[in-house]
Amino acid sequence: MRSLLRWETALVFLLIVVALTGQISTDGAFLDGGNLFYLGLDIGEIALIALPLTLVIVAGEIDLSVASVLGLSSALVGWLWNAGWPLETILPVVIVAGAVCGAVNGLLVTRLGLPSLAVTIGTLALYRGLALVVLGDTAVADFPASYTSFGTTPLPGTDIPYPIALAAVLAVLFGIALHASSFGRSVYAIGANEEGARFSGIRVKRIKLILFVLAGAVAAVAGIVYTFRFSSARADNGVGLELAVVAAVLLGGVSIFGGRGSLFGVLAGVLLLGGLRNLLILRDTSTEVLTIVTGLLLLVSVLAPSITRTLRKATT
Amino acid sequence: MNPRLVLALVVSGAVALTACGGTTKDSSSQQTGGATNAAKADPNAPLKEGLKITFLPKQVNNPYFTVAQKGAEQAGTTLKAEVKATGPSDAAASSQVTYINTAAQQKQNALVISANDANAVAPALKSARSQGVKVVTFDSDAAPDARDVFINQARSNDIAAGQVKLISDAIGGSGEIAILSATPNATNQNAWIEVMKTELAKPEYAGLKLVETAYGNDDDQTSFQKTQGLLQAHPNLKGIISPTTVGVAAAARYLSSSEYKGKVQLTGLGTPNQMRKFVQDGTVKSFALWDPSKLGYLATYAAAALASGQITGAEGEKFKAGDLGEYTIGAKGEVVLGPPTVFTKDNIDQFDF
Repeated sequence: MRSLLRWETALVFLLIVVALTGQISTDGAFLDGGNLFYLGLDIGEIALIALPLTLVIVAGEIDLSVASVLGLSSALVGWLWNAGWPLETILPVVIVAGAVCGAVNGLLVTRLGLPSLAVTIGTLALYRGLALVVLGDTAVADFPASYTSFGTTPLPGTDIPYPIALAAVLAVLFGIALHASSFGRSVYAIGANEEGARFSGIRVKRIKLILFVLAGAVAAVAGIVYTFRFSSARADNGVGLELAVVAAVLLGGVSIFGGRGSLFGVLAGVLLLGGLRNLLILRDTSTEVLTIVTGLLLLVSVLAPSITRTLRKATT
Repeated sequence: MNPRLVLALVVSGAVALTACGGTTKDSSSQQTGGATNAAKADPNAPLKEGLKITFLPKQVNNPYFTVAQKGAEQAGTTLKAEVKATGPSDAAASSQVTYINTAAQQKQNALVISANDANAVAPALKSARSQGVKVVTFDSDAAPDARDVFINQARSNDIAAGQVKLISDAIGGSGEIAILSATPNATNQNAWIEVMKTELAKPEYAGLKLVETAYGNDDDQTSFQKTQGLLQAHPNLKGIISPTTVGVAAAARYLSSSEYKGKVQLTGLGTPNQMRKFVQDGTVKSFALWDPSKLGYLATYAAAALASGQITGAEGEKFKAGDLGEYTIGAKGEVVLGPPTVFTKDNIDQFDF
């Protein structure tokens, strides 16, 4: 009975409902391989960034600068490419730059003791501004097809987009880190009771710093994916994406106050938001309705997990 | 797991990426434009009925595209085609891609699109074309190898030269001017701005000095603020050209309620309904535009002609576009609608769009 009332169970149920109604109402076009491929492409960057952000939020912090790091990495890829660097050097350099962005967030939060909400709202503007400094208002688009095809073709013989394959590999790594390691237990402990965690010998500041660095590095990876997917490096890539990611993480049942949530729930949340959006567009729902539905889902995402929690308490 | 181990995993992953060869800008071959069409056009093929056409503007709820959509729907009724309008609510570079993919997934016969970013939509358009969707761009082109036909509203030269002439006439041939554009990457805007600069270099415009190009991102509020910014930054500004319907309306609204009304002249590309009251109250002397509904109408006819096999997008092919008559495809698969109309106090009441 208790497991039935878990939010993750509800999410899986909702996913099945969306999949079935989608499949019936579109005469089988929704679960068609081609459509699932497009759906995968659309949620690729969100799925990637949601992974480290889950850990950050479980630890009781937030990082709103991730989409700006994505934009900055995209701008850097374009700028270095224009400067004649080989892509094989550009990609690791950009990922390191993303990690540095994350480290700045992390140091401001842990060393100066500033609230992460304020810090990352600041760096949200700062990193986007730097992106504009790097690339200005131009777009770089002449990337070789051998790279951009990662964003337009599936893995050979399947309908799986490359970004989703990458997200799946990282999901396993992050899953092990959060759910099957002492590092993960520390993250939960910090989110549930930071003071208590410190007194039990957990190196709170260091772990938080690592989480911010990871968020920055993965956001940079997402920026690279985004750049190749649209074969367009621009400073304004991914504006506003942080809200979609935070929404997916919260819908996945992660408590905004920290200490609670699972990576599985978050992945289900990403899939549910992306699937619903894809289905509504496929059924020619107007953009206005789409915006309203997304907004309502956000409200549900904040309300529902706490309601199921109350219900669970009531049944025990 | 040890925190150091987590870090090591990430770093080693990054390093693994460096292990491959060296791909630089110089070593990669550049893409070349021009659509390749294996199929042969049959000019006598009848226009098919019941075609499914997706109309994809830069963004929905933009008055300009709403008018274009009416033209597309009108053509759809005449053609007995099912024209479906859809699109994103923001004009960001990548927002249209989901809708392009959806059109391919819905097995539409043709897609009529105004591209927010010529390159960002190209991979999706190519993929849609490989699945049999005919692609017609209008208003703002995509990369030429990603579409079959581009419906150009008017030649860049005609539009941009016309705009420079209008502002020069309005401010008496001398003074500082500025441009208020849409997004920095809008294909059409940038082409026009380039031509405007060439025009301004001509001796007859020696008195005009372009001091700044500002970008209002086709957002009403941003354009309004940028207008304010232009006037503050350049106290001697005499005129503004805003070749975008959103920008020109926002700029006119600011000017009409400010001390600059009548002192700083404004021209641009706007719709008569948006600009009527500013022309009547003297803020704006003249502005120009083609009829967007005709643009949507022509684009839809081109889409139907492509989907029916009448044309393939090759230079020299001809097709009939209902009330608008016959059009010929020019170089690079381009079709030109015609020269823009200039609206003034004297003729504005004859137009309703």
